[in-house]
Amino acid sequence: MNLRPAPWIERDGIPFWEAAKRGELVAQSCKDCGVLRSPPRPMCPDCHSVANEFRVLSGRGTVYTWVIPRYPPIPAYGEGNIVAVINLDEGVRVVSNLREIEYDDVTADMRVEVFFEDAEQDYKIPVFRPATA
Amino acid sequence: MGILDRVAIAGIGNTEFSRDSGRSETQLAAECIKSALDDAGLAPADVDGMVTFTIDNTEDVDLIRNLGIPGLRYASRIPHGGAGSGGSVVHAAGAIAAGLADVVVVWRAMNERSEYRFGSANAAKPAPGGGAVNMQWAVPWGAATPACWQSMVSHRYMTEFGVTNRDLAEIAVLHRKHSLNNPNAFGYQKELTVEDHQNSRWIIEPVLRLLDCCQESDGGQAFVVTSLERARDLRQKPARITAGAQWVPYPTDAITNFYFEDFTEMATTQGMARQLYEQSGIGPADIQVAMLYDHFSPILLQHLEAFGFCAKGEAMDFIRDGNCALDGALPTNTHGGLMSEAYIHGLNSLAEAVRQIRGTAINQIEGVEHAAFSSGMTGLILGKD
Repeated sequence: MNLRPAPWIERDGIPFWEAAKRGELVAQSCKDCGVLRSPPRPMCPDCHSVANEFRVLSGRGTVYTWVIPRYPPIPAYGEGNIVAVINLDEGVRVVSNLREIEYDDVTADMRVEVFFEDAEQDYKIPVFRPATA
Repeated sequence: MGILDRVAIAGIGNTEFSRDSGRSETQLAAECIKSALDDAGLAPADVDGMVTFTIDNTEDVDLIRNLGIPGLRYASRIPHGGAGSGGSVVHAAGAIAAGLADVVVVWRAMNERSEYRFGSANAAKPAPGGGAVNMQWAVPWGAATPACWQSMVSHRYMTEFGVTNRDLAEIAVLHRKHSLNNPNAFGYQKELTVEDHQNSRWIIEPVLRLLDCCQESDGGQAFVVTSLERARDLRQKPARITAGAQWVPYPTDAITNFYFEDFTEMATTQGMARQLYEQSGIGPADIQVAMLYDHFSPILLQHLEAFGFCAKGEAMDFIRDGNCALDGALPTNTHGGLMSEAYIHGLNSLAEAVRQIRGTAINQIEGVEHAAFSSGMTGLILGKD
């Protein structure tokens, strides 16, 4: 299969994608009050600090919702690409894909873990599969 | 009484709705605005305000030189795409109530079928103003269309309340029934069965088939908004703006909206509807007819619940029991809605609310005192004078 497209990157999201290249799933956290936030943004909505850092997460969470986009076909993602919203154990949420599972076997709130798929331009994209014990 | 109750919709106008208008969006805009002014009995020279969507491609400065409008005291635009559509009239009404303008034209014109299609897969940053800031955090995983983004939210609702795509067929059939006698509608005289729905192709499995999606259409829709006092002297019965509201809750997004806690709650519409009831002093039982944004069938369920027309999780039963039918307790999208009339980004449904207040709808409901319109983040209650 061809590589996935490189991600669409904007300035405030660069550290997320750089971490992904290292095989790390990170979330932005406020350097002053420590609150995690996803997706990244330049100001902490709790204490209004603009100082932030990116913290490595466990990469484990649960499936909140999932669908298969069928039309229009997006060949770069393959037939039957499952799009899912994942509630991460640290309390933040990401959109991702589910892999290594048939669509009919996915259930709400099932446990999943992150791994990374190669993309164009040497990027890596965090995706999820059923969690090992 | 809310402050907007001194304001009314005095004119409505639209072009034909089609798959290929054969003319520019500016021409569609100019035509529908002229039609709305004719309907009201006003001239372009009376207009001193204009409002459209941030993502409308036409420009007020272009339209005043087409229509010969002498000058604008008020020019504004509303964000959030279709979710903000009702806000265009709310903000027009606010400007009139504040004395910033006397006659405000609201319009939306689009060649959304022949020149571009919202249903296409997005791959690059959209023009600002649409309010879809989270798109960059969805597209890299192949979540690239409005149908996909809505389905991600709706699937959680459907999972929790046991609603299936077969159930949603009832919504498609309902809308089509309402459009069968509407000559402006894509669904005019075109019967639709549950079987047709179930045979239509998957768009987003297991939520949306083709017949769960609104039309993609070319056309223009305009409104003339002015003071109730002035509207009373014009050609049509005024549709009073009993209430009008907008609600942009933390941490919402116009459509790539995945970071609010509970997908079974439609926080945008709940907060907007609460304001409508507070402004007007009426409640859901005082509304006789509703036009609820139906870009995709399952969103109707959450609209009905957010307005309090039925309890949480019960909307599918509410529809199945016939409440949204023309002879039901709350006839809904009586023109066929965005699914079966056309998709002028929501505003063609607001025009139907005006017709129901005037008493001129094709499927006129008896005894309408109040009509609700919702586009999710914005909405109105219209009332008889």
